[in-house]
Amino acid sequence: MTESEPSVVVDNLTKRFGSFVAVDRISFQAHRGEIFGFLGPNGAGKSTTIRVLCGLLRPTSGRAQVAGINVVREPEAVRQQIGYMSQKFSLYNDLKVIENLRFFAGLYSVPGKVLPERLAWALHMAGLEGREQAPTGALPVGWKQRLALGCAVLHRPPILFLDEPTSGVDPVSRRHFWELIHQMVAEGITVFVTTHYMDEAEYCNRLVLIDRGRIVAMGTPTELKSQHMKGQLLLVECEPLGPGLEALREAPGVLDAAVFGSSLHAVVADAQTAMPGVREALESRGLKVGRLEQIQPSLEDVFVSLTRWQPEERV
Amino acid sequence: MSLRRILAVTRKEVIQIWRDPLSLMIILLLPLIQLLIFGYGVNVDVKHIPLCVYDRDDSQTSQDLLKRFQNTEYFNIVHLSDSYRDVVRQIDYGACTVAVVVPPQFAEKLHSQGQASVQALLDASDANTASIGMSYALSIVQSYSSQTQIDWRERHGLAAAAPNVTFQPRTWFNEDLESRATIVPGVVAMVMAVVGAFLTSLTIAREWERGTMEQLISTPVGKLEIQIGKLAPYFVIGMADTAGCSAVAVRWLDIPFRGSWTVLFACSALFLVVVLSVGYLISVIAKSQLGACQMAMLATFLPTFLLSGFLFPIDQMPVVVQWITLLLPPRYYVFILRNIFLKGTAVRLMAGQLTALAIIAVVLITLATRAFHKRLE
Repeated sequence: MTESEPSVVVDNLTKRFGSFVAVDRISFQAHRGEIFGFLGPNGAGKSTTIRVLCGLLRPTSGRAQVAGINVVREPEAVRQQIGYMSQKFSLYNDLKVIENLRFFAGLYSVPGKVLPERLAWALHMAGLEGREQAPTGALPVGWKQRLALGCAVLHRPPILFLDEPTSGVDPVSRRHFWELIHQMVAEGITVFVTTHYMDEAEYCNRLVLIDRGRIVAMGTPTELKSQHMKGQLLLVECEPLGPGLEALREAPGVLDAAVFGSSLHAVVADAQTAMPGVREALESRGLKVGRLEQIQPSLEDVFVSLTRWQPEERV
Repeated sequence: MSLRRILAVTRKEVIQIWRDPLSLMIILLLPLIQLLIFGYGVNVDVKHIPLCVYDRDDSQTSQDLLKRFQNTEYFNIVHLSDSYRDVVRQIDYGACTVAVVVPPQFAEKLHSQGQASVQALLDASDANTASIGMSYALSIVQSYSSQTQIDWRERHGLAAAAPNVTFQPRTWFNEDLESRATIVPGVVAMVMAVVGAFLTSLTIAREWERGTMEQLISTPVGKLEIQIGKLAPYFVIGMADTAGCSAVAVRWLDIPFRGSWTVLFACSALFLVVVLSVGYLISVIAKSQLGACQMAMLATFLPTFLLSGFLFPIDQMPVVVQWITLLLPPRYYVFILRNIFLKGTAVRLMAGQLTALAIIAVVLITLATRAFHKRLE
């Protein structure tokens, strides 16, 4: 792989399970040293794509190349170049921390000379120093995830695939985990990560938004927010929320409206001209209006506007 | 192929076995339990058949005959009847399996006419015991009969010129005709089938069930490396169990061992490869531990128990079943075990059985290797 060559090249990739199309003709490229995010709801095809790229699933059609190697033709060659962390924790719970690390070091043929140093590094990174002899099954979820990351990078792979690495992890551990990812990227590793957490998507250098197997948008978080949002965004606080949403959807000038946490977001053509009408529409129904102002769209807004997806699983 | 990766898999597997109490029990206790059950518990020798006697003659002669039934270990006289009705009741109640009825004027007829008959009633609801009981009874009566003839000739001054052909059987290899000596060598096959196939049947299924397979197959470890690495510890365990069982059989259960230990271990290694391949194949197909151990039970334990000749002689089976046994590896191994233990048979005389085992081994290894894919579908 040369410096300029993309780490991951996916061209017109399709994966079907029977009649169900999990991934539908997607194409993208991930470059060396970037965090490439795959964002979408559960069942959008994120895990399927990552599994095809790791050689765990065979694509129905299309081409996939990782580190310059064709995944379908030479899956074993690809596997030495990558680290993979599956969505479900899949280390051995009945092994000790150090035994899991040694096992994967053996499978990746980490040379004996650098082995002690690599093990020490992985333990340090995962914050598991002094817990080498702890049974893996007894570790808290966040620690398990860091251990899994440690096992996946013992051989210093140029490309790291992380499938929902932080699902079920508490916010503090999540932040810690992302710090580790940034460190690795700083060392030149390409990180390919899937997530359904919108806030995590903001950490990515580039993003693909995927919905029902198809790519709906691609770009940097800033590009996505500035280019893919039709109109401008209003934040509306009102009581109660349910009738408020209904009223907002029928208000003049409102193109779309959705619940965001404890408030509402409305898409309008022009914020300044639409605001008086919106306030009047809500108050005429006897609803109490709090804050009403124009805001910068988040990735979540972009996603909702592009897919009409209701993000139920937000944190 | 990388030795490093194979050893990594083997070490991991050993740690997992060591930490799993159930696996340890199967490895250490199960062979011992099987040896004890089949060494002491299962006894297909028919002795001490409960006998009921109804002597309607009540003479010195009839008592002489009945004493012969008393003086053998094959029968136990458990009841003396005084009526036919009582005899029938004894058999109905299962108090005795065989009843011998001496008719009235038995002695008188024997002396005057030179012949008399005795009646035997048999409860044939257990056909095996009944037929053995009948042949024992027959031989007792025959020997009494020939003794009477000799006595009669002597009393009448005739030379003992009767052309008595005597039959003197001599049994080889299992001199006391003890069923234990035949059964116990076969227990080694049972232990291997259970320990080998049962434990290996879980090894791949466990990884699928616990979700660890996905991580494992994302690494560069080859499928053959996984197979060899995973089976190696079970091979060592199987050989150790073979050695342990054979030692207990010879030292403790006094089973003769006339062959060579080297030949025993070489043949056992071949059979173990077969068994481990079956277990591995099942494990790859089943994908769940429960399904795998049920399949292992069906594929190895039952054929070894029922169709290998271990307890039930193959030549007594229906012809179609006999053909089926030709496909079953334990059949050959049980034959080999008995020959090594009891007869010390030379390897070249077991070449047919060994060839059959080797062919089956090659087929199964190929199937097992092909069945496993490093993919999630």
